[in-house]
Amino acid sequence: MIAYIIRRLLYAIPILLGVNIFTFTLFFVVNSPDDMARMHLGVKRVTPEAVESWKAERGYEKPLLVNAEQQGLAKLTDTIFFQKSVNLFVFNFGQSDSGRDILYDISQRMWPSLAIAIPVLLVGLLINITFALLIAFFRATYIDIWGVVLCVIMMSISGLFYIIGGQFVASKLLHLVPISGYETGVASIKFLILPVIIGVIGGIGAGTRWYRTLFLEEINKDYVRTARAKGLAEQMILFRHVFKNALIPILTGVVVILPLLFMGSLITESFFGIPGLGSYTIDAINNQDFAIVRAMVFLGSVLYIIGLILTDISYTFVDPRVRLS
Amino acid sequence: MPELVFLWTDILVFLLVGLVTAFILYARRRPHLSRPWRMVFSSKIGVSTVIVLLFYVVIGLMDSVHYRPDANASDEKSVEMLSLLDYALSDMRLRQEKTYSAPLATHLYAKENIEQPDGSTLRDFPRLKYGGAHLDDPLNDYSRDLFKQTVIGMSIGIGIWLLLSVIIVLLLSLNNHRSFNDQLKVVVYGDPHIPWRTALWTLLVMLLLLGTLYNLSQYYHVLGTDKVGEDVFYQALKSIRTGLLIGTLTTLVMLPAAILLGIMAGYFKGWVDDLIQYTYTTLNSIPGVLLIAAAILMMQIYMSNHEAEFASLVERADMRLLFLCMILGVTSWTGLCRLLRGETLKLSELDYVQASTAFGVGHFTIILKHILPNVVHIVLITVVLDFSGLVLAEAVLSYVNIGVDPSTNSWGNMINSARLEMAREPIVWWSLAASLFFMFTLVLAANLFSDVVRDAFDPRLRSQS
Amino acid sequence: MSSEAILKVDGLSTHLGNPSLPVRAVDDVSFELHRGKTLALLGESGCGKSMTALSLMRLLPAGGIIAAGDVVIDEQSVLELTESEMRSVRGGKIGMIFQEPMTSLNPVMTVGQQIIESIRLHDADFIGSKQLQQRAVALLDDVGIPDPQRRFSEFPHQLSGGMKQRVMIAIALAGKPEVLIADEPTTALDVTIQAQVLDLLRELQRKNGMSILLITHDLGVVAEMADEVAVMYAGQVIERSDVTTFFTAPRHPYSQKLFDSLPSRHKRGAQLAMIEGQVPPLTTKFKRCRFIDRCEQKNEACEHRLPPWQGDELQGYRCVLSDPTASKHAASHTPQTDTKSTQADSRQDSYLKLDNLKVHFPIKKGVLKRTVGHVRAVDGVDLEIPRGKTLALVGESGCGKTTAGKALLQLIRPTDGAVLYDGTDLTTLSNKQLRSKRSDLQIIFQDPVSSMNPRMLVEDIIAEGLVAQNIGANRKERSQIVADLLEKVGLPANSAMRYPHEFSGGQRQRICIARALAVNPDVIVCDEPTSALDVSVQAQILNLLKQLQDTLQLSYLFITHDISVVSYLAHEVAVMYLGKIVEQGTMEEIFDNPSHPYTRSLLEAVPVPDPNAKGERTALQGDMPSPANPPPGCHFHPRCPLADESCKKAYPQEVTLSDTHRVFCLKVTS
Repeated sequence: MIAYIIRRLLYAIPILLGVNIFTFTLFFVVNSPDDMARMHLGVKRVTPEAVESWKAERGYEKPLLVNAEQQGLAKLTDTIFFQKSVNLFVFNFGQSDSGRDILYDISQRMWPSLAIAIPVLLVGLLINITFALLIAFFRATYIDIWGVVLCVIMMSISGLFYIIGGQFVASKLLHLVPISGYETGVASIKFLILPVIIGVIGGIGAGTRWYRTLFLEEINKDYVRTARAKGLAEQMILFRHVFKNALIPILTGVVVILPLLFMGSLITESFFGIPGLGSYTIDAINNQDFAIVRAMVFLGSVLYIIGLILTDISYTFVDPRVRLS
Repeated sequence: MPELVFLWTDILVFLLVGLVTAFILYARRRPHLSRPWRMVFSSKIGVSTVIVLLFYVVIGLMDSVHYRPDANASDEKSVEMLSLLDYALSDMRLRQEKTYSAPLATHLYAKENIEQPDGSTLRDFPRLKYGGAHLDDPLNDYSRDLFKQTVIGMSIGIGIWLLLSVIIVLLLSLNNHRSFNDQLKVVVYGDPHIPWRTALWTLLVMLLLLGTLYNLSQYYHVLGTDKVGEDVFYQALKSIRTGLLIGTLTTLVMLPAAILLGIMAGYFKGWVDDLIQYTYTTLNSIPGVLLIAAAILMMQIYMSNHEAEFASLVERADMRLLFLCMILGVTSWTGLCRLLRGETLKLSELDYVQASTAFGVGHFTIILKHILPNVVHIVLITVVLDFSGLVLAEAVLSYVNIGVDPSTNSWGNMINSARLEMAREPIVWWSLAASLFFMFTLVLAANLFSDVVRDAFDPRLRSQS
Repeated sequence: MSSEAILKVDGLSTHLGNPSLPVRAVDDVSFELHRGKTLALLGESGCGKSMTALSLMRLLPAGGIIAAGDVVIDEQSVLELTESEMRSVRGGKIGMIFQEPMTSLNPVMTVGQQIIESIRLHDADFIGSKQLQQRAVALLDDVGIPDPQRRFSEFPHQLSGGMKQRVMIAIALAGKPEVLIADEPTTALDVTIQAQVLDLLRELQRKNGMSILLITHDLGVVAEMADEVAVMYAGQVIERSDVTTFFTAPRHPYSQKLFDSLPSRHKRGAQLAMIEGQVPPLTTKFKRCRFIDRCEQKNEACEHRLPPWQGDELQGYRCVLSDPTASKHAASHTPQTDTKSTQADSRQDSYLKLDNLKVHFPIKKGVLKRTVGHVRAVDGVDLEIPRGKTLALVGESGCGKTTAGKALLQLIRPTDGAVLYDGTDLTTLSNKQLRSKRSDLQIIFQDPVSSMNPRMLVEDIIAEGLVAQNIGANRKERSQIVADLLEKVGLPANSAMRYPHEFSGGQRQRICIARALAVNPDVIVCDEPTSALDVSVQAQILNLLKQLQDTLQLSYLFITHDISVVSYLAHEVAVMYLGKIVEQGTMEEIFDNPSHPYTRSLLEAVPVPDPNAKGERTALQGDMPSPANPPPGCHFHPRCPLADESCKKAYPQEVTLSDTHRVFCLKVTS
């Protein structure tokens, strides 16, 4: 098991390196730092001096891969690639193009993100599993058929509609909660409750339908027939036998996205004005702050890989058949 | 003298149409492909969703035939580029109001100072330039005219429907060697093979709706106008092409890579497999939105630095749309690739592949004859399932400004601009409602359709029934 | 003899699927099961025997309904019970075990939990977790699971197939059932394990006095286990009898044919009787005998009415004929005299030789995935296949026989050793050089479903080898060759333009044979070609293979676990255990004078279709060890009744018993 985790962690290095080379190519090779500078300073009538100083302020004046002016190791380290990409490996994200410390911003902004993402995940899981169990119990009846149709309808509605509609009804018509904004501490609840509810409702369609498929898949297996031959009641079969087996794909499906919860939800956060990592990313995109985008790409990759490893580990806990080696 | 123009996406659209036609011809002779399709078309949900989708597709295709009305104009950039759809909807396109007006309204949405003939000014809702302009006395004539135009529109719809129904039944009777009356009876009482009755009902509903809306749109702005006075119904219709393109071209772009790499990884195993797995794990580990954002931002910079390379704004927007499809393809091919890899791994261990090897058949032939035909259904299911997700994704991406070009008509852009007006009192809701409704109908039809397709093609599900 | 009936089934009819065109899976079935006795429900696949069992438990799949009839257990009609009352019957009065022990246990619950669940439901004598656990452990002990205390808290995947079936039996026993329904309980298991499980069932029956409804397709199992027999065909019981009568004088033409089509040693050289045609679709509403299209004894009278039941409830059959025994032995021809004479020549004539063939699969572990060991699937096999003869490679699943066959064909490249064909070592050839040799060596697989690409026409399937080997100048010529081949294997010419799924299992296997023959091979590896088929269909394929061998001088490497097929078909036999050959000789030598203890137990474990031959064997204990970690010394010593200390030390040397007979055992001396 430990050997397995070590191997997986070692395997993560080439992947992260790949991600870095990819972003590096995208940000510095396809477009040169000069292009970026001109973009930020306004395309027309930019003096070369202004471009140079903009680059120097942000450390983009160095050569890309090899610095011929330096000696020894510095030949490689005193370059954009090393400074901007390799440094990410030690979570040295540096400064954003607007001059703020990225790591500090991230550490501040991840909490509001989590405050939405975790309740959405947990409540959503609970509700989806309950609905799916209910539909599976009444399988091949009208409850099943209409339940699935309802799910398909719900998942065909754009997420934007849930947010806009929710804001309109809850805030504008009924004045239950403020439309957007954020405060720290307990006061945040009144800002968080609506996004959480909307997040849960938006996920019901796809989630319930997916879990229903998982349950039905299990119900058709041989061991369920054994359980019936034992004389177990249908609800016991569903809860004790089917549920336990279907929980394996459900749980591992949750574990894989667990780390990514840190990244927050782009749309929800920006609609509700919540200062999380999602809106951070959107702001960075809109302000064309590439340093932040690069940092978030790297962070996302790291979290994704952690998610994969956690998934494998979680299998060993929920599925007795799986041993890692 | 109009001159045809082919945008990049137009070419791809017609390539896609060609591919689909070729696939249909190929599938007709292959029972493993034609049987499931027959199952799809024997289900009521299957046929009615296909008809709804067809309406979208026809509009999308009409919007993909572009031309320049006057090729001799001197300044190339200023020349407008129009599509067949634009031509068909010229009325809607050209009747631009001043600013917001509600659906079917005759007056603007906000009060303005109107200069009276006698020189005094009056603060009131001004009449629209085009919407309901034919009414002398909107106050009294409005509802009667609305009713009249609705009835006319519905009659047009019913007329077209009757015509189409007769043609369909006639074709069917020729095909089945029945008399027209017999065939009509079969259709009315329910054909056990293809539910034509359901198909015709769906057609009727769609035609009624379309006929009414079209006829009303000759006199009113059916779904109102937006901030700059553009007809919202027109915008929503124009957005259909964008939605369809994103949903289909993305898959088209990613298919070759996904199929080739997935099968190679599963078939050759060893280092080939390792390399391909590494590639898609790496790509997968980059959060999709960020990858798209990064790529689009880079492209924007590139475009703003190379403005000269684009002949017109339309072409530039078109390039951006194509690029978006490609980058969405890059983020979405990994799933299919992984599926195909797994399936190929299983297939390559099967006895018939071993038997082939025992004959000394080469790798290429084995892949072409034994592997590929046995994964076609997976590709098909994925393509259909991905479609609706991509249509929804477009809206979200456009909202974050990393979607299609702001000048391109798309539901995402409509929502994005309408969102800013949410705070207005009273609320301007029609842009939002129109785009969400058009999107919802398309996505719902696609989702229901993909369910039917999956049930028909997934051998695991079929064996249970 | 007629004791009290514990289970009475009367006119049971079960319909499945679409109500407008139902599949009449069970059609007016009646029988009685007597207390303490075993009734065998015998029939080929799809005859409705499993559906009968599920109907008794009211556990039909979705869409299945019991359309008519009655099921009475202990004076109580099962069909009248409410669902909750029924639950106490399931597992309480009637226990059930299934064919697939691998999938029939819940993978995420421990063995103990699953047994306790059943005790809780049906046995009020045990309350509290301690008592329940003790009872469960006792049950595990009863079904012969070694170290039950430890197994109690293990998960199903940690047990072997045989053990899982024992656990299934323990679960069924937990409710102290009066009737045990065993649905093909040993079909998925190896012969030696099958013998263990059958012994266990018999012993439990003797101890608890249960009645057993045994569902099987295997006449040998019937002879060994049953007191009475009910033969099913196309949803109906067509013969009822006690087991002795049934085996000495079967009366229904179908039963008679079934016996005639069984391969066995004394039918060598003769054609096996075949039942032509197929079981009619069960959606038919029968107006006449359902066997009529396949019956050789039919006459005018059969055409016009449903056959009546002749005889009483315990002894009888369903046939129009009053004495359908006229042609009973017509099918067996006089044996040809060929076998022994050519043995001496065949030695020299052998032109395919495996020399110390090894196939090892690496096991990788640790941070860097280093190879820490090998699964020795095939570990030094020497074999010679004589021209025009059949060498049978016999062994239980996992012994490496299939791997050896594939390594011979270079479908898996061997780790070591040589495959000498016509003087060339195939293992040294590159893929390209090998391609031209491919046409000489062919293979027929076990599973007729997965061995043909479902997306290709039969013509293209058969012609694949022709194209690859450049036989036939153009498409037209190849079509002609395909047509000839189809005729050769006894399929109509119009088969060429159809798809594999339109054929039955036996027909598909014929297509596979045609495909292999297309390239004019000298040697065909037959990898269990009949084990997925019913007995009557198996006979067709065996006859075909034999006839082809005679006309085309083919050599077969016949990989199988079925001893009766070996005795019917093989000229030479090699017995394999854990990757090594333990004994090899001519068929006569192996069957008359089995020298290796494993060979002996294997032969003894096979149930013989003769009720008088019951119970004279020493069942092999335990399971086959993993080839990744074979026991030191003689691989067989942990299960060997003769083993002593010396067997643990070194792998035995070859002992030559005759020119053709060799064995690897320390306890055998020449």
